[in-house]
Amino acid sequence: MDLSDSVLDHLRVVVALPDLTGTRYELEGEIGRGGMGVVYRARDRQLDRHVALKVLDSALAGEAPLIARLEHPAIVPIYEAGTLPDGRAFYAMKLVAGTRLDRYVAESLSLAERLRVVRRVGEALALAHSRGAIHRDLKPQNVMVGEFGEVYVMDWGVEAVAGTPAFRAPEPSLDERSDIYALGALLEFVLPAPPPPALGAIARKAMNADRGARYPDVTALLADIERFREGLAVEAWREPPLHKVRRFWSRNALLLWLLTAYAAVKFLLFFWGRR
Amino acid sequence: MNKILVGLLAGLILGAIDGATAWFYPETRPVIGGILVGSSFKGMLVGLASGWFARKVQSTKWGIVVGAALGLLFAFGFITGAIIGFSTQRAGTPRCAS
Repeated sequence: MDLSDSVLDHLRVVVALPDLTGTRYELEGEIGRGGMGVVYRARDRQLDRHVALKVLDSALAGEAPLIARLEHPAIVPIYEAGTLPDGRAFYAMKLVAGTRLDRYVAESLSLAERLRVVRRVGEALALAHSRGAIHRDLKPQNVMVGEFGEVYVMDWGVEAVAGTPAFRAPEPSLDERSDIYALGALLEFVLPAPPPPALGAIARKAMNADRGARYPDVTALLADIERFREGLAVEAWREPPLHKVRRFWSRNALLLWLLTAYAAVKFLLFFWGRR
Repeated sequence: MNKILVGLLAGLILGAIDGATAWFYPETRPVIGGILVGSSFKGMLVGLASGWFARKVQSTKWGIVVGAALGLLFAFGFITGAIIGFSTQRAGTPRCAS
């Protein structure tokens, strides 16, 4: 019996579906797929809730056990990690309803909102690094923004087989500073064009090809972004004198107007008294 | 430096500057010492009250309004009081929540 192409394609899909026998999950559908596995929507029969089930192509579970111990609002909680009957590793995690960052920033967003998202990602990275965990594949596609503005960083610890070059550090072995590179690339990605010079400089410093020239840790990068938000000079950029004056004026405009008003009143009173 | 100290310092400096402008009026020069002391003292009073307010309320707008009102109350000057109010809101360590 000859089978049509469409039937063969369907059979291929069915054969590739994970065998969830013996688990408490019930498959509902595919959400997405990446270089290292497929993410499905599933129902947890025991707790009667929906979860995201990530099935990896290999038996390696990545850093799931390590990430499962990290508690941070921006790190998707992992409920369970294990091995399927077919030998593939899987982990069940919170099903995040939201928008991927690459689509989120395509909307008209304020600079403050863009920086807020990057800050949340950075805070999650900082916590993970402090506990010895590295992301290894940070990119806009691995960051979700929920319906209430909450930010989630996904796909921890599994080095992309074919990562997005723009977000992958040039060094062959990845460590915390590779994540800093990726965070700098993420910052550059979310910034409007043309970016504010100070923020562009922060992104470039984080993305320096020389690992040693980047920020020493994520906290230092976030501190520089915070300085920009407060109208202060940033470490990454040696600003020209005119820009310094403009920044001083915009940060202290109210005080300068008050002093000008004081001088004007004194001046007027002096000449009024002379009449 | 807490906000009350900032207020005292700002009030002292602005009060001294404000008092020193009396030098431009030759008829007041014989008593300029007293004017300086009086103006500095008034400035410190306005600064103390503004600094105390800044510890309670974190709002640049209200800091300026209260500073200006205190300046009027102590015959110190509306704008000078506003500057002190602004300074106490911007500078100094806020009171930590218990």
